[in-house]
Amino acid sequence: MKSTFSILSEDNPGVLMRIAGLIYRRGYNIESLSVGRTNKPGISRFTIVIEGEESVYEQICKQLEKLIEVVEVRNLTKEGPFVERWLTLIKVHAPLEMRPHVLQTAEIFRSRVVDLGADAITLEVTGDRGKLQACIEALKPYGIIETAASGQVALSRSGFMQTGTE
Amino acid sequence: MTRMNGAQMVVKSLEAEGVETMFGIPGGTVIHLYDAIYDSKINHILMRHEQAAAHAADGYARVSGRPGVCIATSGPGATNLVTGLATANMDSVPMVAITGQVSTSVIGTDAFQEADILGATIPLIKHSMQVRSPEQIPSAIKKAFYIASTGRQGPVLVDVPADVQKGFGEFEYPDKVELPGYHPKASIDIDRLDEAVSIIENAQRPVIFAGGGVIRSGAAAKLINLAESMEIPVTTTLLGKGAFPESHPLGLSLGMAGMHGHPVANKALMTADVVIAIGSRFSDRTTGNVKRFAADAKIIHIDLDPAEIDKTVGSDVWLVGDAGFIIDKLLKSLKKKKNYAGWLEDLEIIRQKEPIPKNVYAGEIAPWQILETLRDITGGNAVVTTEVGQHQMWTAQYYNFERPRQFLSSGGLGTMGYGFPAALGASFAANGQYTCCIAGDGSLMMNIQELDTCARYNIPVKVFLFNNACLGNVRQWQQMFYDHRYSQTIYNKSPDFVKIAEGMGVRGFAASRPEEIRGVIEQALAIDGPALVDFRIPQGALIMPMVVPGEAIDNMIFN
Repeated sequence: MKSTFSILSEDNPGVLMRIAGLIYRRGYNIESLSVGRTNKPGISRFTIVIEGEESVYEQICKQLEKLIEVVEVRNLTKEGPFVERWLTLIKVHAPLEMRPHVLQTAEIFRSRVVDLGADAITLEVTGDRGKLQACIEALKPYGIIETAASGQVALSRSGFMQTGTE
Repeated sequence: MTRMNGAQMVVKSLEAEGVETMFGIPGGTVIHLYDAIYDSKINHILMRHEQAAAHAADGYARVSGRPGVCIATSGPGATNLVTGLATANMDSVPMVAITGQVSTSVIGTDAFQEADILGATIPLIKHSMQVRSPEQIPSAIKKAFYIASTGRQGPVLVDVPADVQKGFGEFEYPDKVELPGYHPKASIDIDRLDEAVSIIENAQRPVIFAGGGVIRSGAAAKLINLAESMEIPVTTTLLGKGAFPESHPLGLSLGMAGMHGHPVANKALMTADVVIAIGSRFSDRTTGNVKRFAADAKIIHIDLDPAEIDKTVGSDVWLVGDAGFIIDKLLKSLKKKKNYAGWLEDLEIIRQKEPIPKNVYAGEIAPWQILETLRDITGGNAVVTTEVGQHQMWTAQYYNFERPRQFLSSGGLGTMGYGFPAALGASFAANGQYTCCIAGDGSLMMNIQELDTCARYNIPVKVFLFNNACLGNVRQWQQMFYDHRYSQTIYNKSPDFVKIAEGMGVRGFAASRPEEIRGVIEQALAIDGPALVDFRIPQGALIMPMVVPGEAIDNMIFN
């Protein structure tokens, strides 16, 4: 089963190697990884999707926490609801006669046109994994030229005050 | 604040950390550093191989409890350190390694003697840093010592490019450092203390399983207090030897457990109803078949490192924290002293019935005879290191240690070539006690060049070589499990170790008969300086007993 880990670390050179190396060394596969600065200066957030046995996630968390530069490790999948987003750029074949159809499909997925050329357009789609897969399927008939995808980014949901109904 | 160059800052920082002795070898990218060392009061020991420098720093650290320091140049100097650093990491030994690096302007260009030592050591050490300007040096070294010596101790590497050593800056040594992701005390977790106390108070057949963590924590006296006040017998891991007096007057010591452990220790673990593991990571050499290890017992796991909890052996209750801190908490809460209806008596019967065998060989030296004689002559006060192999296990079996920090051995990584340079380093922290290295001929050859270092500084290390003219431990497995097919373990010619020693300026002795043992040890110890004794022992001598590979630890072969 897959699990999403959210890791805050110092923004030092080599941290990516330490984190990725540790996960690889313990025999787990990284399905997706994204890194970016956070609002806190000097602190980066890694969002990593790992595919593996659930029983070993605890060990991965503890080993990651042992890295000196790692400030916080959370298993979002285990902790409860979280928001996840993926971003994909899709360059799709769109000559003049086809263009309205492509744009119509793009509209269904609320994707934005970020580049327009003679016979191709590039769309930006964000959403959860399912939406992105569906969008790609829907655009396939027009001819997808190439795609680039970000890894997953995720944050836990804040929720509201408990109302007594569990 | 004083203006100085980066190399001087490294030395000033080491001095500020109280470093008295360090081990290293100069080279192209550390010439500047060595120029600064020229003016320092720190005692620098020039080794003959960087791996040995790392092991020497490790030996110094294991005896003194303070971080050992080693220095190497960039490229091959740094890569040669790696085995020594990995050895220290596996056994949680505090160390700081300083490596030279090519100048920042050429890093990444495959410059002469460039190696990405940070990248190479990431999975093998506790932490590493590269300084990019002279001003970063004091805080980097402060961090290195802090990280190495706190929490679960381990080696830390600081990589210092040549131009950073030459560059100038203002030196000010920080009082403390900020590490947003490192809070070794934050992981303390004793929420389940009451549960642990209740399990111990209600135990019928409890046993304490002590590891190296007890020694690192300085908790040996507290462990004695716990064991005596609750009358709980104690067994140890290899690295736990010395955590509890092995000749305990009340018979509470069961000796080392594991693959070549004492039968009574293994049986105690397998029949106990409560196992209190303190500072042990349940290595596979100790647990045997891990699924069957202490299968019927409630396991209380006490460890400083939360990642060790439930890593290999699941626990019923765990407490995270320094061994001494947790034992104190237990001692405060434990009230009821139990009468364990025959438990200690049962163990005593096993101890009498199934001792570790002491084979004799007509006219030839049995390994245990050397060890018992050495212990007798030194009054058990010597610091003893071992290499890795049969002689290591024989030492663990036949040489009782009563105090912590007297027995040094590469447990986790099992590094041949560790023991001799470790003894060299240890002798600088041994407070006038004898420092002896129990070696095998295979292991000794891996760092034998350090005889020269011992001779140059007149370092009083006594090497007792158990020479069976083969790679004995592998040979034993080939005899027992590979149908006597001795592939690459028996040599057609052995070196003359006495001549090697004498050639390097170390007094050499040889002995091949049991009646020569005492005299030759006394002669070696009487010398003011290093000495080597080449004991010829039978090639067929085996480490016995032995747990059948893949089996539970109470399934042991005796011959």
